[in-house]
Amino acid sequence: MSQEAILQARDLKRFYRVRRAAFGPKAVLKALNGATFDLVNGRTLAVVGESGCGKSTLARLVTMIETPTDGTLRICGNDIVGSSRATRRSLKSKVQIVFQDPYGSLNPRQKIGHALEEPLLVNTTMSKQERRRSAKEMMDFVGLRPEQYDRYPHMFSGGQRQRIAIARALMLRPEILVLDEPVSALDVSIQAQILNLLTDLQEQLNLAYLFISHDLSVVKHIADEVMVMYLGVPIEMGSRQAIFEQPHHPYTEALLSATPMADPFRVKKRIVLHGELPSPIDPPPGCSFNPRCPRATDICRQDFPEMRQVGKTMVACYHPLD
Amino acid sequence: MALLDIRNLTVAFQTGNGMFTAVDRVSVSLSEGEVVSIVGESGSGKSVAMLAMMGLLPWTARVTADRMEFDGKDLLAMGSGEKRRIIGREITMIFQEPMSSLNPCFTVGFQLTEALKTHLRMGRKERRERAVELLNQVGIPEPVKRLSVFPHQLSGGMSQRVMIAMAIACNPRLLIADEPTTALDVTIQAQILDLLLKLQQDNDMALVLITHDMGVVAETAKRVMVHYAGQQVEHQEIGGLFANPHHPYTAALLAALPERAASKKLPSIAGVVPGQFDRPTGCLFSPRCRFVTDLCRSSEPPPAPAELGSALCHYPLDDGVPLNHPDGKEAV
Amino acid sequence: MPDGVAQQVIDFRPVGRMALMREFWAYFSENRGAVMGLCFFVAIIIIALFADFIAPHLPNEQYREAFLRPPFWQDGGSLEFPLGTDAVGRDMLSRLIYGARFSLFIGCVVVSIALVVGVVLGLVAGFFRGRIDTAIMRLMDIILAFPSLLLALVLVAILGPSLINAMIAIAIVQQPHYVRLTRAAVMGEMSKDYVTAARVIGVRRLRLMFVTILPNCMAPLIVQAALSFSTAILDAAALGFLGMGAQPPTPEWGTMLAEAREFILRAWWVVTLPGCAILLTVLAINLMGDGLRDALDPKLKRS
Repeated sequence: MSQEAILQARDLKRFYRVRRAAFGPKAVLKALNGATFDLVNGRTLAVVGESGCGKSTLARLVTMIETPTDGTLRICGNDIVGSSRATRRSLKSKVQIVFQDPYGSLNPRQKIGHALEEPLLVNTTMSKQERRRSAKEMMDFVGLRPEQYDRYPHMFSGGQRQRIAIARALMLRPEILVLDEPVSALDVSIQAQILNLLTDLQEQLNLAYLFISHDLSVVKHIADEVMVMYLGVPIEMGSRQAIFEQPHHPYTEALLSATPMADPFRVKKRIVLHGELPSPIDPPPGCSFNPRCPRATDICRQDFPEMRQVGKTMVACYHPLD
Repeated sequence: MALLDIRNLTVAFQTGNGMFTAVDRVSVSLSEGEVVSIVGESGSGKSVAMLAMMGLLPWTARVTADRMEFDGKDLLAMGSGEKRRIIGREITMIFQEPMSSLNPCFTVGFQLTEALKTHLRMGRKERRERAVELLNQVGIPEPVKRLSVFPHQLSGGMSQRVMIAMAIACNPRLLIADEPTTALDVTIQAQILDLLLKLQQDNDMALVLITHDMGVVAETAKRVMVHYAGQQVEHQEIGGLFANPHHPYTAALLAALPERAASKKLPSIAGVVPGQFDRPTGCLFSPRCRFVTDLCRSSEPPPAPAELGSALCHYPLDDGVPLNHPDGKEAV
Repeated sequence: MPDGVAQQVIDFRPVGRMALMREFWAYFSENRGAVMGLCFFVAIIIIALFADFIAPHLPNEQYREAFLRPPFWQDGGSLEFPLGTDAVGRDMLSRLIYGARFSLFIGCVVVSIALVVGVVLGLVAGFFRGRIDTAIMRLMDIILAFPSLLLALVLVAILGPSLINAMIAIAIVQQPHYVRLTRAAVMGEMSKDYVTAARVIGVRRLRLMFVTILPNCMAPLIVQAALSFSTAILDAAALGFLGMGAQPPTPEWGTMLAEAREFILRAWWVVTLPGCAILLTVLAINLMGDGLRDALDPKLKRS
């Protein structure tokens, strides 16, 4: 990569201590167990996986709502663990997030104009008029009418709310936008509008996107690089083209084949995985995918495979496909 | 003869601000053992139509239809006692949220045998055997053990399997699946879809699949009905729908799918589905349509002939070209 | 942006607080009982405010020639004392009218203390969780473990009997309900995305607690406040009756009951009328509270 990465994650881990029953012993839930990736301005890294794979935990770490248990996270070259409170605060405004559910992500008692001004109010010393002006500019920028400044969120449709959420995330001029399933709650026709908006914004503002999704067709459309995760661990990484054309991990392949395609003429060779995701509290020994993997052997049940280069992608698998 | 025959079904809801038409003159017919899909975005009234057929709507709903027959029996004229014997036994339904469709207070076994008790009057031992058999059929491992399990101990996929087992308990002739896989992960979704199709073939049961996901439609159904704002705007065989959509809405919807996009910029449909307060006159899709004319804005389109997918459009598309359009617009 | 152009059509519904109020009234007025309760409550407020002009006599003025005079419609009654007089010759109607002041005052003070303290404690417990939460909630559990009137009695016995102390005691007894309610609501809101979004934006803790979260928890609290208003009046009357609340000759309804106890067989009106006043006021407030719940709860679900 020629350009300096704006966000570097090295072996990022986040564990939770949870109680499985009242008064029971505590267990360790490894929600994220070693993620390494780089994010570059103007590009999109898609994180793909099913529920419980650690996508949302990753989002919470990158947006600094939670601190990592282990590993390093560098934003604009600053390590967030060791830095001072002031630095952390300024770094925080560099990373913003857009959530999946546009109905839950806006405060129902707050006018949308105030929702847009709030980031400026708490982070800058701008005057009331300045804040109001930039909120209105931003509304115009994301395709909302500035006259809607005084309205409450429940008066907007899902797509418009998502525009508001994006506008709010952009108010502080961030460099990184974490998009946590931003279009999965929307209808197809609205989904296309929001995806177009995101594409335009990236071009104009040179934003880096961390795009979290379970929908592979959306990922295929918007991503530059793709990271596939399974049970808290990245298992395959590579450029979008490489992942979609020639996946090397059996899970990636199964995921791709299981995604329904809007094409009735396609020859179907769907690989149906048996069983379900194991619980992240006691993952299976060795490679976490081994109980569902058609290629699993004894070594898969002993040690977790290291990431290595196979073909055009990085894969953590003992028996990669070729 | 058709198993289910609905003509011009209209459902209106009494709301605080007058009547709201959720389903507007929808016709569905389906024969024994057929798989049909109803596809539409939220607010298109696709679930409401089926709920109305089953009589599961709240009292604020007014349901009217020219004809509503199941297996030759008139559902409109039927008394509630007779209707109950059909609903749940010959027609069953599964829902989007498997977790909330099961009662958390009772074991899986209890809920599963409940239906058998009410509809088939089986003995206790017989019911238990049938329950195990059903769980086996829907691919749940260790079925005997699962009978005594509570719903919260099951994952989403497993709950949906239990729901399916409950639905097919009385060997229904028609299963309505309302977004059965929307809440599930991709790999689990594939399992459930395969299971539904397998059961449909094994039991020779008709299946109505309600979904918003074009991908799911393409992989399962033979015939598709497209709903928009309560109206059925198109009705076609699966192949024809994807290759040659006749209604501009279907065409735009397909074009807006990221996987079918040729460029980074998706051809999106501007605007939103009209709600109660902004229902346009004329064609309901006219404010968002590329081919709109004054005729579309002023008068409601009649359905096109069946070979044009019964498209509810003044200028139904053929190979992307609107027929009889005044501008002679070409497809882009 | 081309996508944005056509989508701006909808929603002509009016904006702002007026519209919210109108919507609230639409739901509230559906409940007849609630509207009646509200009317009665407003009437009491007016009576209490203008007691000086409405009441025919001063509440503590004794007419030595008129002990235990019955109401005007009974033999021996006169319109000079429309609802009769008590054992020391004070006009019942005037005392009841002035008594409304005390009841409303008690209700307001008790609810304000309980609400403010309860909301702050509940907010802190629900926001920070962990040890603070455990400490606050266990303390509340202890308060809840006592029969409420008994605890109030004990508190008044420690503080000394007076109306102010009675109000403090009742507020303390009512505290835990507010704390639990607020905590539950806060915990519900905390898991929502908009709170996380506010944290990502960099909103600080105090603002997050009081500006972002609290307004969204208010609906159940308003209902609880209305209902506990009536409980406060009842409790204060009970304490007054037991001699632990307002002291004679204060024209407080419960105290009036206590003073009239010995005449219950001879002069029904001195006991019945304050009792009826308490009953009607409490009933009206409870009906109103039910209406509030109906009007505010569906709101919660919609937003």
